[in-house]
Amino acid sequence: MTAEEKTLDIWVAGTEEPEFSPTDEGEQEFSDSESEDRLADQYGRVIDDDYVFDDEVADDERMVVNMGPQHPSTHGVLRLQLEMEGEVIRRTKPIIGYLHTGMEKTAEQLTFSQGPTNVTRMDYLAPLHGELAYSLAVERLLDVEVPPRAAAIRILMTELNRVSSHLVALATNGMDIGALSMMIYGFRERESILAFFEKTTGLRMNHNFIRPGGVAADLPPGWKDDVSAILKDMPERMEQYDDLLRNNPIWLARTEGVGVITAEEATAYSITGPALRATGVDWDIRKAFPYSGIDQYEFDVPVGENGDVYDRYRVRVEEMHESLKIVEQVMDSMPKGDYRVGDRKITPPPRARIDESMEALIHHFKLFTEGFKVPAGETYVAVESPRGELGCYLVSDGNATPYRMHTRAPSFYNLQALPIAMGDSLVADTIATIASMDPVMGDVDR
Amino acid sequence: MKVLAEAFESVTWTESHEQTVAEVPAEDWYAFAEAAKDAGFEVCVDVTAVDWMRQRPKRFEVVANLLSMKDKQRLRMVTGLDRQDPTVASITPIWPGVGFAEREVYDMFGIVFEGHPDLTRILMPDEWEGHPLRKDFGVGSVPVQFKESHKVN
Repeated sequence: MTAEEKTLDIWVAGTEEPEFSPTDEGEQEFSDSESEDRLADQYGRVIDDDYVFDDEVADDERMVVNMGPQHPSTHGVLRLQLEMEGEVIRRTKPIIGYLHTGMEKTAEQLTFSQGPTNVTRMDYLAPLHGELAYSLAVERLLDVEVPPRAAAIRILMTELNRVSSHLVALATNGMDIGALSMMIYGFRERESILAFFEKTTGLRMNHNFIRPGGVAADLPPGWKDDVSAILKDMPERMEQYDDLLRNNPIWLARTEGVGVITAEEATAYSITGPALRATGVDWDIRKAFPYSGIDQYEFDVPVGENGDVYDRYRVRVEEMHESLKIVEQVMDSMPKGDYRVGDRKITPPPRARIDESMEALIHHFKLFTEGFKVPAGETYVAVESPRGELGCYLVSDGNATPYRMHTRAPSFYNLQALPIAMGDSLVADTIATIASMDPVMGDVDR
Repeated sequence: MKVLAEAFESVTWTESHEQTVAEVPAEDWYAFAEAAKDAGFEVCVDVTAVDWMRQRPKRFEVVANLLSMKDKQRLRMVTGLDRQDPTVASITPIWPGVGFAEREVYDMFGIVFEGHPDLTRILMPDEWEGHPLRKDFGVGSVPVQFKESHKVN
């Protein structure tokens, strides 16, 4: 029966003729082969997440399941609405904002020197990268070059931070899939790096160590021994984890071919970091737009092939080895000199000088009451955080506080790709996919 | 970049700290974005906005950061929007990855992106009133219980 006949059935003579508009349903049905529409969807030319249900599926086979926000495997307060047909996920909707604390608004109230305390709380697994992006943006507006030692300390700390962040990613990835011992080992190794951070910065996280104009303090005495110990233990231990996971048939079965993202989808959805490199795209901010003198160290950019959970894991493991390589080079070639710029309008004077010099006292007072003024202008600076491109868009109108501070959070964008990675997969693969994207909800919601 | 400059005469090109900025009129926003993607800027890294209040004739400024992986080049496109009707075309049909970002800008600034598939609040609760990152949105304070008891009269 055609649609027109159907309308005739209910039309009563003498009344106004009902208007009939055909819907476009039916045009969007999926086909087995890669049609033009589907390809356009993959290349990101159109958005098409409207799945048209098969009428043959009984009503009670479909359901909407809420996962989170209080779920141990969502890495914080992520909520997913899963629309399922039996055990197959047809549509996913990530719902975020449960950890939103208005940090971009807070940044407008804090001076430029107080700013790092704010941004360090965004991505709490890689706090030093947030501080670095912010400090680089402020320095670019100020047109200040930090001393070589400050730049080297920054690279040393951020690359160690990358290792510690990837260790958490590995640990939780293993735990979510059921390899519980991986969780214990991953956190144990991370502890050795956090102990070094505590010794250097005073805190295990939220360091506020990298500041505009340099770093907060010089490396502690005996730092070479600590870093050498980390460099000695880590590769050996990482070998053990590889044995633990890669030789585990259950773990392989749950990661290989799961949560696949193609390279086209990854660029269309602005995915960055290990998730992008796992799809085979050779892209790393450290190589493309080197910052803090990272181009003088030798390292490779590991790239995957299939863009599945397993490749994302492999890329992370390789990246940790590369980061340790950088740390070793930084340690061997650590330049001598000051750890912050000598300009007293930007960095506070040494404590001892305050007792002797009136100038120093004035500078100290001015810096800690009203802060320093930054010339008007705007800039965008990006660093390669463990999760991808961490950018800082900073606008100054010539005052001591930023007029606008925006963070381009890598997790925010990577999370958006969850619906593609999880399309038509089984519900059991959900947590494997989330864990492999490694979102930090503090970074997502800010 | 040259191709873009020739195709769009209405666009003003400036340099800001060694980064190229294209000031695009709001009506050309979509067309320019499409041309930029064809010119090699295959990734839209970020979309955000700035509220200039009374400092500029156009109150809102929408900022999109584009990236060309092949040429290792960045391009920032900005457009000014009026305070009465902050509306601009959505570029989600070109880069679906900016869907979340445009929702965030809508949530925080109240800028409407025409043609966005799902323009709803993303970070703030659905029933929230106002747009927090606007400059006329006060920071506010929460009354603290027992605060009076600390006062010594």
